[in-house]
Amino acid sequence: MNLLSRQNLPFALILVVGIAAPFLFPDYMNEIAILWLMIVFASTWDILGGQMGYNSLGNIVFFGAGMYICAIIQIGLFYDVGMYTSGARTTHIVFTSSQYFTGFAIGLVVAGIGAAAIAIIAGWIVFGLRGPYFAIGTLGLAVASGELMASWDWVGAASGISMPVFPGGPGVQRLFFYFLLFVLAFAVLLFVRWLYSTNFGLALNAIRDDEEKAEAMGLHTLRYKRTAWALSAVFLGIAGAIFGNMNGFIEPRDIAFPVATFNLFMVVMVLLGGKGTLWGPVIGAVIFHTVKEVTWTYFLGWQFIALGVLIVVTIVYFQQGVAGWLMEQFPDRFKPRTAVTREREPALGSRLAPHPEGAE
Amino acid sequence: MNDAIIAVDKVTKSYGGVVANDAVSLTVPRGRITGLIGPNGSGKTTLFNSIVGYHPIDSGSIRLDGQEISQLKGQEIARLGLLRTFQTTRIYGKMDCIQNMLISVPHREDRYSDMFSRASGKVAEHADHLLAFVGLYEKRHLRAGSLSFGQQKLLEFAMALMNEPTVLLLDEPTAGINPTLINGLLDRLKRANSELGITLFIIEHNMRAIMNIASKIYCMAHGEMLAEGEPGEIQRDQRVIDAYLGEN
Repeated sequence: MNLLSRQNLPFALILVVGIAAPFLFPDYMNEIAILWLMIVFASTWDILGGQMGYNSLGNIVFFGAGMYICAIIQIGLFYDVGMYTSGARTTHIVFTSSQYFTGFAIGLVVAGIGAAAIAIIAGWIVFGLRGPYFAIGTLGLAVASGELMASWDWVGAASGISMPVFPGGPGVQRLFFYFLLFVLAFAVLLFVRWLYSTNFGLALNAIRDDEEKAEAMGLHTLRYKRTAWALSAVFLGIAGAIFGNMNGFIEPRDIAFPVATFNLFMVVMVLLGGKGTLWGPVIGAVIFHTVKEVTWTYFLGWQFIALGVLIVVTIVYFQQGVAGWLMEQFPDRFKPRTAVTREREPALGSRLAPHPEGAE
Repeated sequence: MNDAIIAVDKVTKSYGGVVANDAVSLTVPRGRITGLIGPNGSGKTTLFNSIVGYHPIDSGSIRLDGQEISQLKGQEIARLGLLRTFQTTRIYGKMDCIQNMLISVPHREDRYSDMFSRASGKVAEHADHLLAFVGLYEKRHLRAGSLSFGQQKLLEFAMALMNEPTVLLLDEPTAGINPTLINGLLDRLKRANSELGITLFIIEHNMRAIMNIASKIYCMAHGEMLAEGEPGEIQRDQRVIDAYLGEN
């Protein structure tokens, strides 16, 4: 097992960059932390959108759900949530170090599990839909989730929740959340690489290429579809839990369930980078996030127009994405991946020897 | 009951006002090759779709090995070992031939953990073996979608064999295949039947081909079962000749 083989090289590179970045560019630590979040968004969206061919516009549901589940656990373990979020509360509540980290740790785990449970339940409903109907159906879920939370007083309704304050200085806090997001992104990449090397990856691709054929072959298509969504949801739920604490304040429409920003960014990043590939979503996330930050900094006021142009150009002229384009240009460098490769023809027994005429 | 692996009894299926199958009955004998012929629009593919659970039937009964399957879903029927190929060939176009084969393993006893397993060396070897059997071993790393139509048909056939079915329903296996290759395909069909023991039920328009390999032929016309018999009888049957010449 060569740890620095061609396949592991990108991971080693990311590991070095990820650890060194906050010390080399301390001023940009938050932007780079958000880049890791974007990579989590893109890579988990690609499980369904790229590998399985189901364009979900509702993945943000799991992000927001994870954020709220974690907040409720963190607060609810030590205080009454309704009291904590009440607008009439006058007392100042401080969480001790151990309260904060215990609540946060449990919250992260429950956020991942809870988001997956929501995916499995929602999957019963929306996986009856195909093509554009699936996209619209999941978009409906995303919008409805935001509105539901915005009208639920117990969790602060539209005015949101002020999260427990991090028990440490601002410098430590930034490093803490940076590394949480980095570790999550790294874990996601390792996970999807493994996932696509198993039968699961083949089944997702089969569903993408011809779902009816897969059904006719007896594949448990619904089982794969629901599991795939639940796996995306685990990581998105954890990402939401981290982001809510990093932000210090959560509310339904713009932070937990931002349908028009984060939710849409997932799709655009994957299309830009190249869907259905391991590295396409990462490339897309890096380009997209860089363009976004640069336009935010230098063309303030025009930033959404610049992003809109990027989206339109990507979708109209560049659907294969960067990774897809590279594979077209340099097909030899991207040899097909297969489970077993042998140089010689298999030794054939007496049964089913190849026909002497051969095929065409 | 032991003799008939598929028993279709008075199956009726209509689309709106059009009756595509009207009280159709037939039996497919175990371990043999059975043919289904009939002019275009006579309801052959509709009957196939009914048998494999592709659409619900209006009335009648379909049994596989004595078990009623007309209420089951297509995936469940496939897992029972009754498989079909499509008239318009269907393969997984963006995956290469080996991947097409590896995902076509039988799913009869899949547990949840099997979703995350990898194909064992034995399975991969079997896939290579079957690709060699249909003559596609050299093309195993090519994207299935880039193969010619005839090669895609052969790949679909190999995928079906990979699934280890007990009964295989083939919808026009020789349609669109280069005439010089038809003999090779027919030979492979015969060997899948004789060496692997797979019961074949074949829709075919190529009379010479089906008369050659089938031991029993059914002929449909206008959604009804017109005649059945051995190839020789069918060829002499006046009703069959009339149906093909448009007498009816």
